[in-house]
Amino acid sequence: MQGRFGPYGGRYVPETLVAALDDLTALYDAVRSDPAFWAEYEQLLAEFVGRPSPITEAGRLGAEVGATVVLKREDLNHTGAHKINNTIGQGLLARRMGKRRIIAETGAGQHGVATATVCARFGLDCTVYMGAEDVARQALNVYRMQLLGATVVPVESGTRTLKDATNEALRDWVTNVPTTHYIIGSVVGPDPYPRMVRDFQSVIGREARAQVTGRYGRLPSAVVACVGGGSNAMGIFAGFLDDSSVRLVGVEAAGEGLGSGRHSATLSAGAPGVLHGSLSYLLQDADGQVAPAHSVSAGLDYPGVGPEHSWLRDTGRVAYESATDAEALAAFQTVCRLEGIIPALETAHAFAYVRRMAGRWPPDALVLVCLSGRGDKDVAHVAALLGGPA
Amino acid sequence: MATTLSDSRLTPAWAELAARGRTALIPYLTAGYPSAETSLEALRAAEQDADMIEVGVPFSDPLADGPTIQRSTFEALRQGMTLAGTLELIARAGLRRPVIVFSYLNPILRYGLDRFLRDADALGVAGLLLTDLPAGSDSVVEHAVHASSLDLIRLIAPTTRAERLAAAAQDAEGFVYLVARLGVTGATASLADGLRASIAQVRRATPLPVAVGFGISTPAQAAALAGLADGVVVGSALVDALGARGVAGAAEFLGGLRRALDAPGADR
Repeated sequence: MQGRFGPYGGRYVPETLVAALDDLTALYDAVRSDPAFWAEYEQLLAEFVGRPSPITEAGRLGAEVGATVVLKREDLNHTGAHKINNTIGQGLLARRMGKRRIIAETGAGQHGVATATVCARFGLDCTVYMGAEDVARQALNVYRMQLLGATVVPVESGTRTLKDATNEALRDWVTNVPTTHYIIGSVVGPDPYPRMVRDFQSVIGREARAQVTGRYGRLPSAVVACVGGGSNAMGIFAGFLDDSSVRLVGVEAAGEGLGSGRHSATLSAGAPGVLHGSLSYLLQDADGQVAPAHSVSAGLDYPGVGPEHSWLRDTGRVAYESATDAEALAAFQTVCRLEGIIPALETAHAFAYVRRMAGRWPPDALVLVCLSGRGDKDVAHVAALLGGPA
Repeated sequence: MATTLSDSRLTPAWAELAARGRTALIPYLTAGYPSAETSLEALRAAEQDADMIEVGVPFSDPLADGPTIQRSTFEALRQGMTLAGTLELIARAGLRRPVIVFSYLNPILRYGLDRFLRDADALGVAGLLLTDLPAGSDSVVEHAVHASSLDLIRLIAPTTRAERLAAAAQDAEGFVYLVARLGVTGATASLADGLRASIAQVRRATPLPVAVGFGISTPAQAAALAGLADGVVVGSALVDALGARGVAGAAEFLGGLRRALDAPGADR
């Protein structure tokens, strides 16, 4: 069935949205084989985003963990994260549909900034929904979105985080669907979003595979990426899914520990359920109510996960691990000091796993890490947590 | 579909309404709001003027609902209402009118779909309306509901296109719920212009009764639909009345709608 990954995915939405999803699917399926669309997309990635993003060998970190560690530098993209790969693609689709109004949800604010950026570039009206909790945690990104001309709407309902921002964006879409395109920021939501966002992000994996094999003459032994909704991970994994020798590792946020009940490790501790339009693993209680997620990083603070990840978990193709807030903070500092790179707190979870494996990587291990975003946005938050200057 | 019209618990009710020339008044109440006990009283009071009753299952992420139903949902959840608690409430209420359970899919999946259908059947529940299960989205769930004694009520939206309407109407049971306007649930001042045409379009697609909901909040709106639609669903405005003025206020509000629907000339 189209739009399913094994049993996962689908289109569990109010009837009002079905026609818009039909239109989007038809358009997306048509442009997939339209060279003019991809030529424009790639030109924007090259000239506006600055792709291809380089790979960088992390020599001192590699020495510490006992492996050759290579970073895919999505932090060097315009706007500072992988998110713009997707917003450029969806912005082009919105333009083709003649929709002049864009809405988006955001957690850490990276997707909101990437959406606001594309809207400014394309001359589209932009409204971003953001949990009130995250508005407070990520004040810098809120102001960036406003500078770019977007309206940021703080969402006060529910847990006041990404999950509730997504609910509010969906409510807006149901109300304004004839004029509005919803740019979902991850590989979540109803079909066609999970596969469409994956395809736009797959540029990460395609580039990385060519770069690593070009530079090292072989495939990586492992590819590691953090997983919230899971778009940077799907993007980089997409380049290696068919390479059975490459171990793929997704790292979720274990928050205060899997046993604490305060975490966002959906694939490690959740069960299949329906939220935000698709069937996938979900943090939920015994009554089927969605459980509040927690992570030190706003971008991973989400109780769901992309449906393709659920399927890759069940099939065993990808191993899903988790890292706690404390491990992520330690890894954040380590990467700053050893590599001269301030990573996003989300990405720090992937580094935490690489560090935990220190001494256990095979002798000639070549570990590719998706450095999904830069951590400038997190500096004030980390300063508050570590007692540094605010 | 596995059930025949004669198995439906809603069809006899519609036949009786048609015989009396009466437009169905279908109130929606969130289970457990403003408290389990008051919710029970409200269901019983609503029955005085209702022909069928929708009981809403609170869900943590009510993405199709506006502020009123969200508030009632979060308050019910805060007090511990669950799907099991909703079924218990229905059992205790002992309503004579057909009951339709209105839910998001996840609480039902978690409870166990077959277990839910069995338990709801045992309570005499007549129908099931799933906000986030559009026609054709999950054949496993849809087949199970069709095979049960509960009618699977389909929502039709202003954006639903003719070919899809035909397919959705094909497997609808009990009645068709026409969403009066774009957007989430919630009271509005005026009804959409195209509503009359939408009702006619649904009628061309199915012989099933058509009930209209989303945004209906005043006796004048109800009166405008009398004779045009077979039923009128009222949710947010009723939940507002219940929250602000208690069970008596909710009953008074429904009484006003009832009189408007029944008033001579209201069917024009």
